[in-house]
Amino acid sequence: MDLSFGPEYEDFRAELRTFIEKNKHKAPPPGMGMHHPGPQEQDWQKLLIEHGYTCRTIPKEYGGYGGEADVLKTVIIQDEFARANVNSGLSGQGIGMLVPTLLERGTDKQKEQYIRPTIWGEIYWCQGYSEPGAGSDLASLRTNARVEDGHFIINGQKIWTSSAHFSDMCFILVRTEPDKPKHEGISYILMDMKTPGIEVRPLVTMTGAAEFNETFLTDVKVPVENVVGKRGEGWLVANTTLKHERGMLGDPSQLLSRIESIVKILQNETLDGKPLMQHPMYRDRLVAAQAKTEALKYHSLRLLTCTLKNEDPGVSRLIIKYYGTTLSRELSDIALEALGELGSLYDGSPHIRSHGSWQWRNMFDLGLIIGGGTSQIQKNIISERGLGMPREPKLAEAK
Amino acid sequence: MEFGLSDDQKLLQDSFRRFTEDKLPLDKIREYANTKTGFNADIWNGLVELAATGVIIPEQYGGAGFKMLDAVVILESLGRTVAPVPFIGSAIMAPAAFLAGGTEAQKEEWLPQIASGEVKFGVGVTECISTRDSKGVTLSGDTLNGNAMFVIDGGPADVFLIAAGPNDMAIVPRNAPGVTVTMLTTIDYSRMHTEVKLENVKADLLGGKGKGGAAIRQAILAGRLALAADTLGAAEVMIYKAVDYAMERKQFERVIASYQAVKHMCAEMIAELEPYRSLVWYAGHAYDEAPGEALLNVLLAKSGIDEAGKFIIRTATEVHGGMGFTDLMGLHYWYKRVSVNRSLLGTPEMLRNEAAIAQGWLAA
Repeated sequence: MDLSFGPEYEDFRAELRTFIEKNKHKAPPPGMGMHHPGPQEQDWQKLLIEHGYTCRTIPKEYGGYGGEADVLKTVIIQDEFARANVNSGLSGQGIGMLVPTLLERGTDKQKEQYIRPTIWGEIYWCQGYSEPGAGSDLASLRTNARVEDGHFIINGQKIWTSSAHFSDMCFILVRTEPDKPKHEGISYILMDMKTPGIEVRPLVTMTGAAEFNETFLTDVKVPVENVVGKRGEGWLVANTTLKHERGMLGDPSQLLSRIESIVKILQNETLDGKPLMQHPMYRDRLVAAQAKTEALKYHSLRLLTCTLKNEDPGVSRLIIKYYGTTLSRELSDIALEALGELGSLYDGSPHIRSHGSWQWRNMFDLGLIIGGGTSQIQKNIISERGLGMPREPKLAEAK
Repeated sequence: MEFGLSDDQKLLQDSFRRFTEDKLPLDKIREYANTKTGFNADIWNGLVELAATGVIIPEQYGGAGFKMLDAVVILESLGRTVAPVPFIGSAIMAPAAFLAGGTEAQKEEWLPQIASGEVKFGVGVTECISTRDSKGVTLSGDTLNGNAMFVIDGGPADVFLIAAGPNDMAIVPRNAPGVTVTMLTTIDYSRMHTEVKLENVKADLLGGKGKGGAAIRQAILAGRLALAADTLGAAEVMIYKAVDYAMERKQFERVIASYQAVKHMCAEMIAELEPYRSLVWYAGHAYDEAPGEALLNVLLAKSGIDEAGKFIIRTATEVHGGMGFTDLMGLHYWYKRVSVNRSLLGTPEMLRNEAAIAQGWLAA
């Protein structure tokens, strides 16, 4: 057990702290905005890339920093920006999922054309995967494309396309080989959102906001060279991307800062004239959740160590999405329920706390439990890949 | 940066798993438990040979001079096999107390005897945490009177360490005049805790009068960590027993492991447990290397794994269906070990309250 990062990394951390202190006045406010990156965000992003504080491993020729993969530096960067509560650069499905996929599977032309403007915040992407009839069983998707005159002609409907209303491009899965088995008939296509035939309708969720969209596609023409990988290989290509999505979840530093916020609520808010913290029923729940959050923190260090040593952590990595999203919801439950009736206020009501953000968080947490592979799908993965239990037979087999 | 067990600790883990699994197949677990003594000489002597009884005792006092995280590795093996030995009282809590608060002479006298396994200690600190039927032991002048409840591993103990209030800890030989020992049989037959009644017993105090506070606190800290590590081992075994059983048991012409209802129970169990393994490791590391963080992390680790354990012992038994409920399957030995660990040295509710106080969230 050695939890020190060593002098080289401590120097890196010190430099980073100085950088943040000196430049933070230029930074846009932290957090993912539901809008297209503007000039301030783009400039900040370029400054961060120049110093290797984001897009570290993306080659210089594509506009990245061109550094070696270094998990410890990545962790230090994440920690220090979170600690300072300063914007750590652009995120989203273009940078988080499409770019790594293009680096692994794109043509040189695709890499040149898309990576630089994506990481610089000039092209914003949405993801066209889920459909009304294809959620957990994504490979059963039915949006299809036929080929005519060097173009895919796409028809169908996508759902849960977050950011589609302000995105420039979409990476979309469509069925191009209808006669092949379902996993072999899909292609991964890059589609310009300005193409005629695309209609984006906001999908208002239970939070009252439209975090997602429905996207309707009618005879949308996309050049055939916009396929990533080969025709019919889309499922494999998408799995490259899904692997990156899973890496995006389960960040304990966010949950730890949420514990701190709940501590403040319990100390500052009163019930019958006494701080909530003095009421054991809320205090007890807070510490129980704190134990899980601290456990997740050390668990992440354990997984990080496995990554550094190139060891397979097995089942202990597979639990992260399920554990992290369940815990996140538990934290927002505590904040809300400790506030009682006040916790239910919303829409700028009098007496509202934190602009109703805990209610929003609580509902959104439920969305995270469902999205990106529901908890039930996660439990299948944990039990099958982690514990070696068999898949449930399909109906036809289960006689 | 390396979070986890070192190569040496992995070797230690292998050798203790081999030893305990060799010595403690189910029929032996059953045979030894049913003696209701909390002791088996064969296992104890084996632990002595492996230097486990002196694991955290420095070499100058005849011990192995290892760290608490090494002890955590051993404790996990003992929990995995429901080992019938007074290890937590004698090899963990008593040395922790002596090292934190004993005089040099006391350490020289007792630690080598603990390390060699000749003397087994039981540790009575329950009343420093909470009182129920007993108000505990009081010291008046140099005389002890009162009752200590749930003296950890008191059953097979030759000598007791008994707290008398928060600042005094007495070394009390079992055969001293005025000492009455009553066995407190719990559902867990693998260990035997006791009530120790003291009537005008002359006090031999650890560190001198009024100087036992640090020893008491350290014994409790070490004991809680040890119970957490024991639960970690026992609960993990229950999960894998449930998975194995589900892979064998067929109903409706399928192994029940192929039903999502069953798979999801297993997934939930392992998801509850694994993060706490990381926290228990960290708490063991902090005990020696970051003492300022040890208290909070031990409180969170024990209270957390107690809750995970409660979920696992119930769920793993359910996966076994009717067989889980039988003595034949023997699953109940692990169930009972985990269940009793939860109640000892502070329930999760009490530990969480202490954790809030330890963080300055409310006045003590």
